[in-house]
This record gives sequence, C-alpha cells and structure tokens, in this order.
Amino acid sequence: MSGVRILVGTRKGAFVLTSDTTRQRWDISGPHFAGWEIYHLKGSPIEPNRLYVSQSTGWFGQLIQRSDNGGETWEPVGNQFVYEGVPGTHQWYDGTPHPWEFARVWHLEPSLTDPDTVYAGVEDAALFRSRDGGKTWQEFPGLREHGSGPFWQPGAGGMCLHTIILDPADPERLFVAISAAGVFRTDDAGMTWRPMNHGLRSEGIPDPHAEVGHCVHRLAMHPSRPDVLFMQKHWDVMRSDNAGESWHEVSGNLPSDFGFPIDVHAHEPDTIYVIPIKSDSEHYPPDGKLRVYRSRTGGHEWEALTKGLPQRNCYVNVLRDAMGIDALDPCGVYFGTTGGQIYASANAGDSWAPIVRDLPAVLSVEVQMLP
Amino acid sequence: MIRVILPTHLRTLAHVDGEVHLDIEGQVTQHSILNALEARYPMLRGTIRDPVTHQRRAFVRFFACAQDLSHESPDAPLLDAVATGAEPFLVVGAMAGG
Repeated sequence: MSGVRILVGTRKGAFVLTSDTTRQRWDISGPHFAGWEIYHLKGSPIEPNRLYVSQSTGWFGQLIQRSDNGGETWEPVGNQFVYEGVPGTHQWYDGTPHPWEFARVWHLEPSLTDPDTVYAGVEDAALFRSRDGGKTWQEFPGLREHGSGPFWQPGAGGMCLHTIILDPADPERLFVAISAAGVFRTDDAGMTWRPMNHGLRSEGIPDPHAEVGHCVHRLAMHPSRPDVLFMQKHWDVMRSDNAGESWHEVSGNLPSDFGFPIDVHAHEPDTIYVIPIKSDSEHYPPDGKLRVYRSRTGGHEWEALTKGLPQRNCYVNVLRDAMGIDALDPCGVYFGTTGGQIYASANAGDSWAPIVRDLPAVLSVEVQMLP
Repeated sequence: MIRVILPTHLRTLAHVDGEVHLDIEGQVTQHSILNALEARYPMLRGTIRDPVTHQRRAFVRFFACAQDLSHESPDAPLLDAVATGAEPFLVVGAMAGG
C-alpha cells in the first residue's frame, strides 16, 4: 500500500485528504464542487481512482459526478432518478398519504466487482443501480413496492435510504436501511425484499415491535463474517448473527445508546465503534465530551476512547455516514463532525488527532487504501 | 442571438465565463432557450428544470427586463428585447438561505 485517501462530503463541498501509510501528514484538496451539498462520495473497491459523488442543492437539484483519476478531474454523469411505474404514496409526518418524490441521493455504493456498477440510495426511499458508470440509473421497484411501502414514514432528516451493504460472499444478497422503515434484505439481486427488523424495539411508533417503521441509523458488517451485522438505531445498538433475521441489543454500558455511525475494525470482526450522542433532541455528545466507544466483544462491553478528543464544551454531532476505517495494521479510524473537524486515529482508536478542524459541517467520510 | 446569464454554480458546472450566447430558430420562449441551453451544455439537464416534466425547479427564477417571468407559460413568446439580444435572459437561484 502506498497510502490512504479520505473522501469527505460536507454541506458546502467535497474534500480529499491523502497521506502515506504513516498517516501523520495529510494533504488536503478542496473544496471540490464548492457551495454544493455533498452527501456522499465513494470509490470503487477494485479501481480506487474511480470515484462517484452525490452533489446536490435545494436550488439546482441532484448531480452525480465521476472521477477516473482519484479526484483530479470530474465529469457529470447521469442525474435522472425516475421511479418505476406509478410511484404511489408513503406516509407523511402527520400520517397522511404523500406522493413518492425524488429529493436527493444519500449514499453511493460501488460494486465489489465491477467499477461501472454502482448503487444509489435515495430520498424518498428507493434503491437505484447504474451499470454504465453512472450514466443511467434504474430503480429496483420491488423494494419500494414492498407491501409495507405505503406505511413508511420519513425520519427527521427525510425518508432516506442511507445504507447499502453488499454481501461479499453472495452477490445476490444486499442489505439496505431506511429511515424510518428499517432494514430490508434481498436474496435475489434486488428483485424481492424482506423486512429484517425482528427484535428491534422502537418507542416512537404505535407498535414498538412492528415489522417496519424503525428508524435505523446505520448498519455495519465485517466482510469476513457477512452474517453478522451491527446496527446503530435511533436508540439502541443492535447485533444480528443471522444476516438480519433477528436482532438483539448490545448497548451494554454505553452512556447513551443514541447515535448515528457504527463501524467495524478492519482486522477484528468483533471490534466495533460507535459515537454516543445524548438524545434525539440534543444532537451532541453527553456531558460535552466527544468520546468514541469501542467494544472488543461485539457489543455489551464498551470502553471510552478519549485521548486527543475534546473532553469539555464539545457540542458537535457525528452523522451516520461520517465514519470510516482503513485497512492498515493497526487500522485507522476516522470520523467527521458537524463542526467541521476530521479526527483520525492511526492506532485503532487508542489516540486521536484532528487532520483538519474547520471544514463545513461534515456529512460523510469514506476511506480508501491506495495501491 | 439570445443572451443568457447563469448563476455562478451553473456557470462553474458548465465551464463557462460570463454570458452564454445561443442562436434559436423560431419563436423565443423559456422552453426554447432552455432546450438550446441544455443541448449545448448537457450537464445542466435537471438543474434548472425537472428533466422529465420540464417543470421549473422551485428555487430557480427567470428574470428579464427587470421582470420576473418565472410564472409565465414556458411556451409564451418572450419579450422582443430578449429575442433580439438587447437584454439578457437571467436564470437566478432564489434568495432562500443556505
């Protein structure tokens, strides 16, 4: 490996942070697409210089940008996300039917095997795929047309499909998560979908154990163990050992089990990271202390990682797509805050330092290994 | 020749400086200007109007001759001053925070 590249999406543009494998000194380029909201950008795992970017604003809508040279130059590709057939309705915040309307792309997930194939999770919640490098997009209507679709409701951030996990052991299997519907899985490459929410409990819905309606914030999987999933839910950190068929809580001794991101250590499938946030109405860390919590036991038992992180007067948030892990040994852990800081740990979380402090509010962080 | 002034973000996206000059055959309307604009700069498709319905995006406005033309029919003939190039057709991002 020659280095590490961090792709940062912010409220006002994208930034690319690059270092050698020591991860001590970082070059920062950007803002790319200055002034635009960059919800997410991510590179192809098999062709790292192929990057896909979700670029949007309330004024000018959605664009998808592509780079074939690691972000040196960009090319706008296709931005037509058209729902298949008659889109129908979902529930609005007040419970009334609301037409399905495309708003933006929240997450782009490049294929594990083909650099021209990329998945897009969008608001209002649906899954699209491009097989021509982002030029054209086709929906998987079987997800949106799941019988529960008319009862899905938006979370506070909109009704977004924000998480896409591709099973490295089974190309027919994908997991997605929708706020606020829950987890869905396909075992036939996207034709049909099943809710995977058994064991979730959410107080904010009429039936706390409902099949759908849960505000799942993020899922994580280690590629060596695709049947084990971790979840940061609106409240509760959860774990599934059977590919989502059932979930159990592993919040353990966390100071708050509310939060957004969750991620897995690169080499230890039972080592996971979360960043507790005080509550859904107070989107900042408990006690003004920014602490990453690490469990080396797959949940239940958590240790606070604080060295190098602000331990007083810190009231930032860390959003669901704003944490990433590199594949070095020891692995690096990175996250971005709504205050514009990118914090990095080159020792699996034991200590932290900011790479940069004053970016616009960070929406997403992705990490690439450079060959 | 039609003169079009784009907002900063769209000039950056289209890699243009200053005004865009378009030649349009037939009647000059919002619709014909946007068709010609998008034909020359395909990256602008979807940024000013919906790519399928052609409905103007909510926070985009069209101004010319100190008038807001945003709510005029997209197929209505535009003012002579725009059609002759004496005055530019402005595409404006509405003042809406952000």
